[in-house]
Amino acid sequence: MKNVKSPILTLGLFAASVGCSLVYADAQDDPLLTSVMIDQLETGLNSGDATNVSAQAWLGYDLNKLWLKVDSEYTSSDEQELEVQALYSHAVAPYWNLQMGVRQDIKPTPTRHWAVLGVQGLAPYWFDIDAALFLGEEGRSAVRLSVEQEWLVTQKLILTPEIEMNAYSQNDAKTNIGSGLSDISAGLRLRYEITRKFAPYIGLDWSRKLGNTADLVRSDGESISETQFVVGVKAWF
Amino acid sequence: MTEFKKTSDQHACAPQSTFTNKSVSRRQFVFGASALLAVTAIPFSRNAVADAIARPLTELSGRVFDLTIDYQTVNITGEPAQATVINQLLPGPLLRWKEGETVTLRVKNNLDRDTSLHWHGMILPTGMDGVPGLSFGGIKPGETFEYQFPVKQSGTYWYHSHSGFQEQTGAYGAIVIEPKDAEPVAFDREYVVMLSDWSDEAPESIYANLKKQSDYYNYHERTLSDLFADIKKQGLVNTWKARSMWNQQRMTDRDISDVTGATYTYLINGNSPAQPWQALFKAGEKVRLRVINSSAMTIFDVRIPGLKMTVVASDGQNVQPVTVDEFRIGVAETYDLIVEPEAGNAYSLFAQSIDRSGYAIGHLTSDYGLSAKVPAMDPVPILTHGDMGMKMDMANMDHSSMAMGADSMSGHSMQGHAMDHSSMPMGADSMSGHSMQGHAMDHSSMTMGADSMSDQSMQGHAMDHSSMTMGADTMSGQSMQGHAMDHSSMTMEGIGLAGYGSNSELVHLESEQGPQVDMRADAPQSGLNDPGIGLREHQEKYHRKVLTYADLKGLHATKDKRQPSREIQLHLTGNMDRYMWSINGLKFADSEPLELSYGERVRITLVNDTMMTHPMHLHGMWSELETGDPDYIPRKHTVLVQPGSKISYLVTADALGQWAYHCHLLYHMPGMFRKVVVK
Repeated sequence: MKNVKSPILTLGLFAASVGCSLVYADAQDDPLLTSVMIDQLETGLNSGDATNVSAQAWLGYDLNKLWLKVDSEYTSSDEQELEVQALYSHAVAPYWNLQMGVRQDIKPTPTRHWAVLGVQGLAPYWFDIDAALFLGEEGRSAVRLSVEQEWLVTQKLILTPEIEMNAYSQNDAKTNIGSGLSDISAGLRLRYEITRKFAPYIGLDWSRKLGNTADLVRSDGESISETQFVVGVKAWF
Repeated sequence: MTEFKKTSDQHACAPQSTFTNKSVSRRQFVFGASALLAVTAIPFSRNAVADAIARPLTELSGRVFDLTIDYQTVNITGEPAQATVINQLLPGPLLRWKEGETVTLRVKNNLDRDTSLHWHGMILPTGMDGVPGLSFGGIKPGETFEYQFPVKQSGTYWYHSHSGFQEQTGAYGAIVIEPKDAEPVAFDREYVVMLSDWSDEAPESIYANLKKQSDYYNYHERTLSDLFADIKKQGLVNTWKARSMWNQQRMTDRDISDVTGATYTYLINGNSPAQPWQALFKAGEKVRLRVINSSAMTIFDVRIPGLKMTVVASDGQNVQPVTVDEFRIGVAETYDLIVEPEAGNAYSLFAQSIDRSGYAIGHLTSDYGLSAKVPAMDPVPILTHGDMGMKMDMANMDHSSMAMGADSMSGHSMQGHAMDHSSMPMGADSMSGHSMQGHAMDHSSMTMGADSMSDQSMQGHAMDHSSMTMGADTMSGQSMQGHAMDHSSMTMEGIGLAGYGSNSELVHLESEQGPQVDMRADAPQSGLNDPGIGLREHQEKYHRKVLTYADLKGLHATKDKRQPSREIQLHLTGNMDRYMWSINGLKFADSEPLELSYGERVRITLVNDTMMTHPMHLHGMWSELETGDPDYIPRKHTVLVQPGSKISYLVTADALGQWAYHCHLLYHMPGMFRKVVVK
């Protein structure tokens, strides 16, 4: 669990550092604000299931923000993933932000570095979209698309279906990544907003490796598909 | 005549009624710091607190007033919270002035930051207006600022801090000015009814929450069960169609109020619904209610079940009496009503928030022993396409083709179209559907305008309109503009005659494009005859006559009968999702001042390019609302602009200096604000 804490710690430090300088000038229309959003902090119900953290934080103004994204998955000390993105987010349309910056895949090793160019926003019919192009070392490139919706069962009980997929331009055997569409995951989470800012949830998370990536994973004797029942909490402040 | 001084003695559940000290002890619920320590140590029941708070306003009268602004811990919801109070009171003291006198107000700042008091609706020298950065530098901590100005008007007004978000936390009070001449309104007793919204949350937190999640306080969103109900009722295809526009636009038709009863407790004279404010009357009395909306964010719909209300003044200015069952009061507006309650009865004065997430309530009673029924709130309003300023779904194809050309159409040609309808056999009553209503309204506004016009101008007007509408079916948008121009040569300046509203073409400026603006109304309806979202069917459904702006006619003749020399079209803009508000797409910080020449008569046309109802307040000068009668134009200081609608008023720039002009929704104000310079 030690490594799972590190992104939380990172976010915490980030929040603390900006929290101190937080200014509410008198009725300033566009005050410097900060937000930390723990979108998923969850664990699988079966032993051996992974513990996941997916969080974002931002610091900035209406149209321009510094944006941090952290994704972490911890199954065991030799099976863990940790990815951090540090981005500059600029509003380009009423519902869309252009995001540019860097991504570091800290785990698994060796660490990979990427430049990021992405868009995050709300598409018609209420699809929350996060799509990015990543350019890495040695001519590597990758794309990621995640799509999410929120369905209100009641005003406080909210069902969230989401899909994410990744594709890579070339094989990277050291990190078990093959070229082409590498993985797809889908989740369905049902949260109850005790307050707007704190909502425990239960959910179902399914993921599958594809193509060359699946071959690499299979050759390691690992399973290419996973289904987990999860419990977790979504929170922001 | 007045009842303010007596009411505390008459109060049944007022253990402190023997207090005569006006400034401190009368409001038991305002705890000092030491009192709070004592109170938190003793478990107190909510009722014990509530009993103490159903109290009348404290009144100060004379020519010289000493006011102090302090932080105080108050308990309105059952939890202690920090308020900003004037003379230790929430609301601050009721100030009673006399027209023709000069008042002096010494305002001491006991806060740790700047403060100010703005005398809302008062016509006064710019230096006395109390807007930091425009009229003066603000009142620094520990300092006292002396306001002094002659009182040149009478009626019901109010005052509030114009610094930061202090107004949200209690820094407001009522002003009643007795007229120099005979009061035209007969009444036996009067009460101030000060509506407000209270939150235990700090206003800065509310603002930050909205910036991070704009629907943070909205618990009236559409749910899956609504969806299934709609599908069951209308079928899948129709449900998809009905929701398609909203879904494409990423907007919700349930977006009525930014801040709701989820955090607000709604107050009358500082009293929550847990212990309603009470007011006594005697048999046969005519009671004047001076209703003031001193909320930060809440528009109220007010009614007194069982009583007709005769509106005699709006924003302090007398209007020709109009009797209604219900009226909407925007933030910062005031309405004076005459009611004639029957002895042996108790009545609820019921003010439900526009989004129906809560209400403020008080009781009018001939006997404190009587209790009045609390009415149920009306259904949650649902926005229509018309509220987005979009073309309306008309059964008649001609209509929709007209509306479709609206991009290039002037407001005038829309009205002309409406005019055409009045001659159609299909009256408003036989029309069905929500979105039709706006249309029917346009038409009635035209007819009304025509009635009160002189014969000659009416002929010219009507002739021109008919020629326009005749061609409308076959004409393109462009040739229609040509017609509008023909018309302009007939009126003085082509922008429409004073009193009847704007004829000008709708123009969306380049500055409206960008991430800060999520919507532009292409076919704004007239906001004049529209009772507003959530009130439109009340006549039909409940037989309640709802006041509209078209009902307001000045009691006194229009003073400045000049035609407007020019028109300023301002678009109220925003991005709800990002919680950004602006005018013409530019927030205050990025905008140039609006310049008026001293003495000129101009028309301001406000086009609402958002789905929110915005109360727009011009400081220093009257907003003379064009309600269809040029001879009796009502004067207002705050004008509600309905979603996706437009409205016009005339302004005589007779006040030199710098003035504020802004949306009076507190969390819209920082962006939706302009400096007006008269020179």
